[in-house]
Amino acid sequence: MNALLEVADLSVDIPVAAGELHAVRCISFAVQPGETLCLVGESGCGKSMTALAIMDLLPKVARRSGKVLSFSRKSLLKLSEREMADIRGDRMAMIFQEPMTSLNPAYTIGNQLMEVMFRHRGVGRGEARQRAVFLLEKVGIRAAESRLNQYPHQLSGGLRQRVMIAMALMCEPELIIADEPTTALDVTIQAQILHLLKNLQREFHMAMILITHDLGIVARVADRLAVMYAGQIVETGTAREVFANPMHPYTRGLLSCIPVPGKTKRGEFLGSIPGIVPTPIGQTLGCSFHNRCSWARFDCARQDPEIRPLSLNRGYRCHLGPEVLKKKGQAVLP
Amino acid sequence: MLIYTLKRLALAVAVTLVVSALSFGLLYLSGDPATAIGGEAATDADILFIRKTYGFDQPLIVQYLTWVGKTLQGDFGISYYFRLPVSQIMATRLPVTLILGLTSILFALAFSIPLGVIAAIRPNSWSDRLALFLSVMGQAMPSFWLGLMLIVLLSVWLPLLPPSGTEGWEYYIMPTIVLGYYAMPAIMRLTRAGMMEVLASDYIRTARAKGLLSRSILFKHALRNAIIPVVSISAVQFGFMLGGSIVVETVFALQGMGYLAWESIKRSDFPTVQAVILVFAVIYIVLTLLADLLNGWLDPRIRVN
Amino acid sequence: MEVRPLPAIEEILGPSPGQLLRRRIFGHKGLMIGGVVLGTIILLALLAPVISPHDPYHQSLTQRMSKPFWQSEGKWDHPLGTDQVGRDYLSRLLYGARISLLIGFSVALISGVIGTALGIVAGYFGGRLDLVITFVITLRLSLPFVLVAVAVVGLVGGSLKVVIIVLGLLLWNRYAVVMRSATQQVRNQDYVPAAQAVGCSTLRILLSEIMPNILNNLVVVATLEMANAILLEAALSFLGLGVQPPMPSWGLMVSEGKDFLFFEPWLITIPGVALFLLVLSINLAGDGVRDVTAPENRS
Repeated sequence: MNALLEVADLSVDIPVAAGELHAVRCISFAVQPGETLCLVGESGCGKSMTALAIMDLLPKVARRSGKVLSFSRKSLLKLSEREMADIRGDRMAMIFQEPMTSLNPAYTIGNQLMEVMFRHRGVGRGEARQRAVFLLEKVGIRAAESRLNQYPHQLSGGLRQRVMIAMALMCEPELIIADEPTTALDVTIQAQILHLLKNLQREFHMAMILITHDLGIVARVADRLAVMYAGQIVETGTAREVFANPMHPYTRGLLSCIPVPGKTKRGEFLGSIPGIVPTPIGQTLGCSFHNRCSWARFDCARQDPEIRPLSLNRGYRCHLGPEVLKKKGQAVLP
Repeated sequence: MLIYTLKRLALAVAVTLVVSALSFGLLYLSGDPATAIGGEAATDADILFIRKTYGFDQPLIVQYLTWVGKTLQGDFGISYYFRLPVSQIMATRLPVTLILGLTSILFALAFSIPLGVIAAIRPNSWSDRLALFLSVMGQAMPSFWLGLMLIVLLSVWLPLLPPSGTEGWEYYIMPTIVLGYYAMPAIMRLTRAGMMEVLASDYIRTARAKGLLSRSILFKHALRNAIIPVVSISAVQFGFMLGGSIVVETVFALQGMGYLAWESIKRSDFPTVQAVILVFAVIYIVLTLLADLLNGWLDPRIRVN
Repeated sequence: MEVRPLPAIEEILGPSPGQLLRRRIFGHKGLMIGGVVLGTIILLALLAPVISPHDPYHQSLTQRMSKPFWQSEGKWDHPLGTDQVGRDYLSRLLYGARISLLIGFSVALISGVIGTALGIVAGYFGGRLDLVITFVITLRLSLPFVLVAVAVVGLVGGSLKVVIIVLGLLLWNRYAVVMRSATQQVRNQDYVPAAQAVGCSTLRILLSEIMPNILNNLVVVATLEMANAILLEAALSFLGLGVQPPMPSWGLMVSEGKDFLFFEPWLITIPGVALFLLVLSINLAGDGVRDVTAPENRS
């Protein structure tokens, strides 16, 4: 089956005062129709930039480059702004992190929902209104008809995020990109929204790229995941494979940081990965994780490793083979 | 919205009262008004007579209240110079100034808003630098000098426009340019700053993510939010223009309120001076009130609870 | 294994704050141009008694209306020509600079003291005091101040002293507004309650904690108001209601020269250009100071 979204060697570079910031460094992945891919990583690893690069919503100073960036087998790299705008909101939609500021305070919810349909489908008011009400109910907002005339400031954060989801679904997109959709919400609401997203995805046969830093979320919704670190993808695989058998030292580190009720003893130190993320500005020498890695060898500091495939759609970026990594790490650094 | 309106209204009334007291008090700045009216040749008997006729012998508060009472009925007193009711004189002069003010603010808006928008969407481009340059130039130019230069240019070298008078619409062109030019820098900068801030906001990013066309994003989503502060500053600028009209009208001999004020000050025609100041102040207060209300109405966060 | 040389200590530490500031000052074109022009004008004004070729008040009916040097009949005796009663224009220009600068500085000072005091008090204490002061500011804003200035000066009689006092007492509102909001912002910072907790007196807090942090706002407003005051005095003098003849106020010079607009245009262009340059340089310098000390306030 042909992938819905194919990305190969995507990079995002931003010129800054101190040099060139490499936010995203040559990443490659694919999303199949109907599947959920999670991009996991800590703040600053480049996952939001990846999403913006796909949608062509990067800030003006940023430069996007890549070998392949195709959606439904059509390349997005050379599209004009108008052509890209035709796709956005229609076949590809995005939900952002901040529901409180993502809606225009000067217009009603209904207005902002319906304008998506007016833009892409050219339908009349009646039909757009019907669709808006339908979707508001689908995302769990009661009394949808009356909500249409309300302004964003009259709704809570959780409600606004539901409106954002409804807005993204107005034209039945094939792909939804959700950039940390629940991070700014209460923990109790988080679960509801995630559940909602998953159901809608199944019902509307959409593919979803879910960007998050929360491994718990990944465990709940991901079909496949890609772990990002310092602008690169360091491990890919299905959720089950990666959680059961993490290969890359960073992934292992991440998973070991999670306290497990029952296993983790009281008063025990929480796991952490020593060291800090290398600066994304300027050239990096060698593997970007080597200065924090327990298995680091001599050549780790000199050469950036390629992705080592383990099976179809499963791999990790490292010089060392799985047998070496199975043993406990003993760093040998120059 | 209702509470907002009432609060603003109460403030406006309070300010008006104080301003009226102040403009009334101006009369006494030059010392004894009776002496001023009488002139140097007046005898003591004359001055006493003047004092009685004009009511200067009454206690201050009585004078003030009488004046307020008459003013509310539209009676601004009799001009010392014209020997006519001040209200009658103002009736012919006020429209001139109001028209001048209106054309000037429209002229300023028509130029500044587009310039500000363009500068905002292309920061640091040549259009941005040009806009900034014009605004810097505009703030430094003395208005009377600009007026005289325009007269030299457009009435002498190229006899295109009449230099002075009030007979027709052509007479308003140069005064409009001079008066409007002064308001342009502030409006342009505010539009530019407001647009830049709005364009960087999250809801504009959402609009782009929805695939909306840039025309729609700019005018429907961005400008609508950025224009709110421009509304209040336009009211403020209009108020400045009313004040600045004294210079412009004098340079171009336009028979408006500003010119009247100047002539009356020179002639120590106190009732007229008081009336003009009061009228201008009231217009300005009303304008600011309307601008505030419009501001509130434009922002749904205030309009709807 | 090669050993890479360590970078110099300055490269690691980066430039010092003083160096950074100096770099920003000299790199800012507006600030440089404005500063240089303004400095030149101030210098010329201070040296006016020394460098003026003639006495600015000395009239000479034989020398009336002589042309400036760029016109064919111009003589170097009077490089910028003479006015309608034969006074040397260059000398009047230089002395006029003294008047404009004097007015600019004194008005900025007087209104600055009034406005800053009101603004800081309103911003720091808040509550009812703030309400009262805000009301007063609104009042002042509602007065068409050009008119009021004109009226007052006209009624009391125009002179340099009157102009300075009237303008000083009227132009404080922008100071008050800006200082008030700046103080409000600073008051919410943590170091203020920290100082209060240690037991510092209110006055001391105002002087040592609040003032230094709003100083750059003050400078920006001061330059704006200075430029404003200079333009206003020129307008007042132009209307005949400000500085009285025979003082060489630039505005007065324009007014006196406007009757000869058609044939002797230099009588109004020269003082006009001088005013324009002075105000422009003040604005550029003020904008520059704001950009250099707090670029986030750039508008």
